[in-house]
This record gives sequence, structure tokens and C-alpha cells, in this order.
Amino acid sequence: MSFVFWFLAAIAVAGALAAVLLKNLVHCALALTVVFTGLALLFLQLDAQFAGFAQILVYVGAVAILVVFAILLTRSSETPKDGGVFSRTWMAGLVIAAAVFAVLGWAVLQSEAGLPHETAVPNVTVQQIGNALMGRYVLPLEIVALLLTAAMVGAVIVAMHEMGDAK
Amino acid sequence: MAALLFAIGLAGALTRRNAILVLIGIELMLNAANLNLIAFWRYMPHPEALTGMMFAIFSIAVAAAEAAVGLGLVISIHRHAKTADLDEMNRMKG
Repeated sequence: MSFVFWFLAAIAVAGALAAVLLKNLVHCALALTVVFTGLALLFLQLDAQFAGFAQILVYVGAVAILVVFAILLTRSSETPKDGGVFSRTWMAGLVIAAAVFAVLGWAVLQSEAGLPHETAVPNVTVQQIGNALMGRYVLPLEIVALLLTAAMVGAVIVAMHEMGDAK
Repeated sequence: MAALLFAIGLAGALTRRNAILVLIGIELMLNAANLNLIAFWRYMPHPEALTGMMFAIFSIAVAAAEAAVGLGLVISIHRHAKTADLDEMNRMKG
């Protein structure tokens, strides 16, 4: 593992911690953007160019903006009245998360054998990805298209319904 | 690394009061899974098969749809209940 990997990993983990722990929601969204960018750079470092750029476009470009919009739209109730920013059951949540992390780490440490299987750098062009998308993966592609359409229509309907009630 | 990111995301999803922060935690978990997919795709014997990469790309698309719907729901609930605090949302009746 190279220095670049550890550097990017440190950035992503620090950003994730900040996104979860910070009090101000806007700061959380900014830290989230840092995490997404760090992960995109990690994808690039792993020779997955297309996934890296898709990550930047979708997450840094769209999801981060959506999160900021949602935070600003629900801003009026942002400051909690009592007891900080964590929920009442935060202890149970922390214990569950620690347990899951322990199990995952144990599994990773147990299965050390044969993993960094250093292969030649896969030279994946966007053309290959397009061919695969239109050939072998055409059914998942259509399903994703349908899912995105349904999600968009659903989001609009959910937002419009309440507006109709208000009038 | 991915396990740590997943655990942080899970902790965020389970411990925060604000609904948006819960969504952020879910996004972190999805990203950790994507990182695993890409890493295994890279270091497994047949990277030219593109399977892991395709899975990661579809996962990104699905995560985007999930984020849009989730945030739309949060905004709608906020308009309805005037709060984004999960501890206060304890009724299902409007």
C-alpha cells in the first residue's frame, strides 16, 4: 500500500468522522463532500477512472447539493432544544456500530490470505465500459433507468402533495 | 479502511437526532461498500471482466436515487411536522 493510499484514506476517514460528529449541519455537509472527493480520488488511484469521475459527478456534484438544499430548507428546526445533537438512544447505536466494526475487522484480519493479488494495471477505456453496458449489462441498465425515473416522479409527488394540502 | 468508514456511517445513522444526518450516515455506508467493490475488482484475478466496476457504477446510480427520495421525504415530513428531529417523530398519524 502506497503513501498516496494512506493519505487519501486518512482524509476520507477524518472527513467521515467530522461529518458524523460536527454540530453544525452545514459543516457536516462540507465534511461529507470531503469524504466523497477522497473516495473519488481513491477510485482513481485504483485505476477505476470511470467510477472515479462518476463519483465526482454524482456525489460531489449532485448529492452534496441535494443535502445542502435539504439542510437549508429544514433549517428552522435545526438547533435542538435539549440534550445536544445525538438521539436518545445514541449509546445503543454506538455499541452496535462498534460491534459491527469489530466483526468486520476480525473477518478482514482472518481472511488475509491471497488478497493483494497484484495484477497488471487494467487498461479499461470508457469505450469498453460502454460496450459492456450496452451488451452484457443492458438489462440492469434499463432497470436503473426505470428506477431513476420512478424515484424522480416519486420525489416530485411527495413534495407536491404537501403543497396541495397547504393551499 | 472500508470497514471503518462503514462503521462510522452506521454510528452516524444510529446516533444522530437529525434526519438529514441519518441520511448522510447511509450515504457513507453505501460509499464504503462501493470502495470495497472497486478494490476487490482491482485486486482480483480478472479485472478486465469489469464486473465489480459495473456493480459500483450501478450502486452509485441507485444511491443517487435513494438520496433524492430520502431528502424529498425529509423535506415533506419537515413541512408536515415542522421538525427534523427523529425523537419527536413518534406518530404515524398526521
